[in-house]
Amino acid sequence: MLRSPSGVIGLIILLLAISIAVFGPMLFPNSPWRMVQRPFLPPFTLSAVPLGTDALGRDVFAGMIFGARVSLLVGLVSTFVALVLGVPIGAMAGYFGGKVDDALMRFTEFFQTIPSFALAIVLVAILQPSIYSIVASIAVVSWPPVARLVRGEVLSLRTREYVQAAVVTGQSNTWIILREILPNALSPVIVLASLMVATAILLESSLSFLGLGDPNLISWGYMVGAGRTVIRQAWWITVFPGVAILISVLGLNLIGEGLNDALNPRLSREGR
Amino acid sequence: MPKRVLLGLLLACGLTASALAQEPKTGGVINAVIQPEPPGLMLAMIQNGPTQMVSGNIFEGLLRYGPKLEPQPELAESWSVSEDAKTYTFRLRKGVTWHDGKPFTSADVLFSVEMLKQTHARARNNLGQVDKVEAPDDTTVVFTLKQPFGPFLGIFEVGSMPMVPKHLYEGTDWKTNPYNNAPVGTGPFMFKEWQKGSFIRLVRNPNYYEKGKPHLDEIYWQIIPDAAARSVAFETGKVDVLPGGSVENFDVPRLSKLKDTCVTGAGWEFFSPLAWLWLNNRQGPLADKRVRQAILYAIDRDFAKDVIWNGLGKVATGPSASTIRFYTDDVPKYPYDPAKAKALLKEAGYKGEKIRLLPLAYGETWQRWGEAVKQNLQDVGMNIETIATDVAGGNQKIGDWDYDIAFTYLYQYGDPALGVGRNYVSSAIAKGQVFNNVEGYSNPEIDKLFADGAVATPDAKRKEIYEKAQKILVEDVPVAWMLELQFPTITHCKVKNLITTAIGVNDGFKDAWLDK
Repeated sequence: MLRSPSGVIGLIILLLAISIAVFGPMLFPNSPWRMVQRPFLPPFTLSAVPLGTDALGRDVFAGMIFGARVSLLVGLVSTFVALVLGVPIGAMAGYFGGKVDDALMRFTEFFQTIPSFALAIVLVAILQPSIYSIVASIAVVSWPPVARLVRGEVLSLRTREYVQAAVVTGQSNTWIILREILPNALSPVIVLASLMVATAILLESSLSFLGLGDPNLISWGYMVGAGRTVIRQAWWITVFPGVAILISVLGLNLIGEGLNDALNPRLSREGR
Repeated sequence: MPKRVLLGLLLACGLTASALAQEPKTGGVINAVIQPEPPGLMLAMIQNGPTQMVSGNIFEGLLRYGPKLEPQPELAESWSVSEDAKTYTFRLRKGVTWHDGKPFTSADVLFSVEMLKQTHARARNNLGQVDKVEAPDDTTVVFTLKQPFGPFLGIFEVGSMPMVPKHLYEGTDWKTNPYNNAPVGTGPFMFKEWQKGSFIRLVRNPNYYEKGKPHLDEIYWQIIPDAAARSVAFETGKVDVLPGGSVENFDVPRLSKLKDTCVTGAGWEFFSPLAWLWLNNRQGPLADKRVRQAILYAIDRDFAKDVIWNGLGKVATGPSASTIRFYTDDVPKYPYDPAKAKALLKEAGYKGEKIRLLPLAYGETWQRWGEAVKQNLQDVGMNIETIATDVAGGNQKIGDWDYDIAFTYLYQYGDPALGVGRNYVSSAIAKGQVFNNVEGYSNPEIDKLFADGAVATPDAKRKEIYEKAQKILVEDVPVAWMLELQFPTITHCKVKNLITTAIGVNDGFKDAWLDK
């Protein structure tokens, strides 16, 4: 991982974003919703509000820092929930095969046939926008690829000798899946997960952009959405949070690439 | 050389003459924005803002109202009031026909009154003092009241009491009548087609009773769901009229500066929209008068006016807008004073109980306003949670009294008996409805004042009663009054004479013309 330069850059970006999310709010005790200066103050004019103010005179910089917390939290938690849903479903489908496989895969395909963003909008709108409904709906739309990936891996590992040997020695199915198969299927899942975090951040931003964010929490997508209508008068309200989304998604993608290089033995051998 | 001078002189004369005279020109098609798309156009049954705006040019009332709310003839050409102020006689215009060619008579008026009593909540209220309505002949209608009712001549506006064709509605199921989708009125424009999600097209009524009117051939009401796209449509010339509220406030100054653009705040006098926060008086900390007063002290209403509404409008002083009859500003004042708000909260024993805030889902401006109010209240130590909702969901929560604080704005219809009392008298507490006494305020003294004020004569007596009511209400803060809203109408300057009445665009196309 550390040998791949893009992975290192991605890791640095992610660590930076996490430390901003964790420690930033301590440096800025004021709520990002507080109206601190005159509205539409351009950036770099006052050191107190380095990135300017928005349509209500709120500090754009404070919004960016508090927004990092929401965006990363939503990205990580919803990815975790999606893995918790997707991995067991995929593993069971791949391991047991037959009718179980058919049933689980038809169920998965049912979700895959619905455009994921449309489904996320519907879910959030029905459940009322809040941080919980947003995490839940992002998880619901992002687990099917995990299930399908895990199923594929398990299907191929299922026929290996050491798995057969475990079956012959009378190990329980759960034990075999958890101890023999999954650890070997994990590396592609980790790569996928890092990309899913990026997608989840984008999904959360898109939902907030459309006004379906948690109204009590500031997020980058909300800032872009709220500033969109005044973009011709005040570019900075949308551009800074937009760049923040871009950089963090880019960072996560670089990490995914780096992990892929590191975890895929065939690739790394060819590389040298 | 002399020839050329002469030509120049002629040209100059011609130009000045046409510039000065401003004779209305006939013909032309106008594009106006309608936002949001109306749920229907049958004005007798649907009274949403956009419905009133489109259908006010299809239907007509007995009277029209000038900018000072003075009654003017429309379908009634004259009217008289008896000595005891209990009998109102209207002479109808002769030779008026419905869009389908049938004549309009006093029978239509009688039918409309009966129908509206069942389909139009506000008309039912307005007609509450009417004992009987009679039609001695085809062109005379006589309203006899149970007792004198001061605002009676103010209830005949087209949106409040539209005339409905008896021959198309009598004996039918009103809700499923096919003419609901293709309304037939007496107005200057006739309904032509409605492409859902795209436009509503009205065409000139060639048989309109005022000769030479209307001047325009067609009106296209364009439906453009996105606020930024509406601004762009105006800038590119796709639409000529942006009625009040159809673009975001921060776009108003920018659009006003464009060339060939005319802006006016007139045309809302009849409605006088007043924005306030419903405060649920029934439960929790808000049941305490001191907490409600603290809320008014805590909110920076000048900030809302200057920043969120771009300086449009006026900070409200109480339950009546300043354009409403019998308004007084001699009431307790609530300037922005967070320290006082904190003191009042402490005195009331507020301990950080959670308070739910419902913003109004009418677009950016209202969303920002909700955020600013939330911050104001948090600054004085209130624990506010914003509940995200859409328009229908918000209405439902408010109607079910399932809220603590909720944004709204309501029309006031010129007279406290028509548009103010309904929000404060205890007889107007009815679960499930959105525009009545939703806050659950109940005060026998206020009930009596509003009951007396509606029927008192002369006006000086009414003034005294309503001023007293305003003082009591402002002291009790049943709701937190925010701003008298102003919705500027933005047009290209070639659109002339559009806003001439107290309801502006709603019935303005009758007189409007296009300078090509």
